[in-house]
Amino acid sequence: MDFRPTDDQRALQAGLRDLLEGRFGRERLRAAVDGPDRGPGLDRALWRELGAAGFFALRLPEEDGGVGLGLPEAVLVFEEAGRALLPGPLVATHLAAGTVAGAATGETVVTMVDGGLVEWLDAADRVLGDAAGAVPVRSVDPLTPLHRVPGVARTAPHPEAVLLTAAEQLGSAVRTTDAAVQYAREREQFGRPIGAFQAVKQLCAQMLVRAELARSAVYAAAVTADPVEIAGAKLLADDAAVRNARDCLQVHGGMGFTWEADVHLHLKRAWVRAERWQTAGAAAEVLAGAL
Amino acid sequence: MDLTWTEEEEDFRARLKAWLGLALPKLPAKPDPMDWPGRRAYDTTWQRMLYDAGYAGLHWPVDAGGQGATPTQHLIFLEETERAGAPYVGANFVGLLHAGPTIAAEGTAAQRARWLPPVLRGDEVWCQGFSEPDAGSDLASLRTRAVRDGDHYVVSGSKIWTSHAEVADWCELLVRTDPAAPKHRGISWLAMPMDAPGVTVRPLRTLAGSTEFAEMFLDEVRVPVANRVGDENDGWRVTMVTLSFERGTAFVGEVVACRRTLGELAAAARANGRWDDQELRRRLGRLNAEFTALWRLTQWNVSEAQRTGGVPGTGGSVFKLRYSHARQELYDAAAAVLGPESLDLSHDWTLDRLSSLSYTIAAGTSQIQQNIVAERILGLPKGR
Repeated sequence: MDFRPTDDQRALQAGLRDLLEGRFGRERLRAAVDGPDRGPGLDRALWRELGAAGFFALRLPEEDGGVGLGLPEAVLVFEEAGRALLPGPLVATHLAAGTVAGAATGETVVTMVDGGLVEWLDAADRVLGDAAGAVPVRSVDPLTPLHRVPGVARTAPHPEAVLLTAAEQLGSAVRTTDAAVQYAREREQFGRPIGAFQAVKQLCAQMLVRAELARSAVYAAAVTADPVEIAGAKLLADDAAVRNARDCLQVHGGMGFTWEADVHLHLKRAWVRAERWQTAGAAAEVLAGAL
Repeated sequence: MDLTWTEEEEDFRARLKAWLGLALPKLPAKPDPMDWPGRRAYDTTWQRMLYDAGYAGLHWPVDAGGQGATPTQHLIFLEETERAGAPYVGANFVGLLHAGPTIAAEGTAAQRARWLPPVLRGDEVWCQGFSEPDAGSDLASLRTRAVRDGDHYVVSGSKIWTSHAEVADWCELLVRTDPAAPKHRGISWLAMPMDAPGVTVRPLRTLAGSTEFAEMFLDEVRVPVANRVGDENDGWRVTMVTLSFERGTAFVGEVVACRRTLGELAAAARANGRWDDQELRRRLGRLNAEFTALWRLTQWNVSEAQRTGGVPGTGGSVFKLRYSHARQELYDAAAAVLGPESLDLSHDWTLDRLSSLSYTIAAGTSQIQQNIVAERILGLPKGR
């Protein structure tokens, strides 16, 4: 038993981090939010680059043109997507890689109806599920266009979709922890960095604890693929992403409440992901049922 | 990312389970939780059974009398003994989890030969003389003084929150050997016999009614210089070794116990109709996520320790912070399941609920742990 990622797994994760830093770094993120062509446009070139890097075909067998890896590797790369706040229907396209032509390579953008919501409906080439009568929503997240689909009952969640979404939440929770710690080291008040004050330290420490507990839960669920562990992973990762974003905002003070700081983007995306695939209440019921 | 066991580990588990099946029925009846001499006898009997079967000091190095088991085997041991309902370390806690590993890591050959075998056999019980009335979480400001007199130290001062002092044979004692040095520098780590003249123990009653800890008054107690572990005035570093053992491994078995309790809570709630309460049911579901993840975090920390070898790292602080709060939430949930019955002290869960209040205080308060995480893991500046 060695629960930690192998060297190959770390290399895969680092590779995607490098790709995203180069192709969807802070400037691109801000351009997507503030730039002249901001709005719900999907960067098709980046989507194809992700396809070429194996992001969507990661778990397809090699004989079908895939990379032949498993859920643990998928979780590591989705963690990076969450860290970078990468927009798009990543989970749906990844899941469709074996069944929808072009999804594996990133040529075809696939979205999925879930729980009466569908994201990126206008940008997608294929919609899985019945999106008839979908009405646009003024989405809280500027980088996730949403439609509501009336009359759609929540169906049993797709466990892999739940887990990969949890992995994105984990990445976001780690990123907001880093951002809060960095700010707390640099920002000075009363003649010293605010990170020297216990009240700020304790906020940061709790952020790390939440992120590390979520990491253990997400990684273990990827190894066991057990639906109950997956529900636990989603519950803890949702909590870590949402609460860490709020605490990061608090550490940033007034600056955190501005559009200019990135933290609100993490919070809003975390809220969207928390509503997707399996909500906290539904996850808690699954976990209770297993006792 | 691997959570499977090797054939060797599965063999180890099977042998252990078979032995537990035979050994546990031979244990005497469990003593009353308030009866500390009875608990000492019960806990040391269990320790002797482990020793005779070759399971004592499982994860201690072989040259310290241990079995040299891997951290993974230790994890399996804790999991299976807890599953089988075996006693936890109890009165042997300080000896097996703090003082013993510290002596094994820092002691001389003679010190190891003197103190380790009796701990492993269950013949001697240790207590921890770290905290003082004016030096609790701020451990380094301790004032108990040790003045050199030939080949002895003469120790005077007082200690508090000394767990198991009433029934202990030895005390891992922190003393100030150089009052002029900066506060972290002038400290030494001594092994003090509890029957030495000048040692007075006054049991303190906890809010749970038990006398599991005590005040200790030291009036010119003579402790041989040979009982010092580590160099004179180097006790702070030795203490950090002790504390990392405490935070690294001390609570592992309890997580398994909490998971078992959670299952019992769900069964009780189903039986008494409270399971229909959605809010309570989901609360138990969230605790299931919490304790499952804490168990996985333990496996993460063990994997880390296995790879780096030796002393557990700062991951223990992350674990302890979350676990101590989760344990309190667990027994609050137990009270919600029990309803008015939760006010009856004869119910185990009521006592456990009361004792859970110490978890966010003992072994470094949650506030101190947060400072450790912030400063040593996140690299935030030291300050107030």
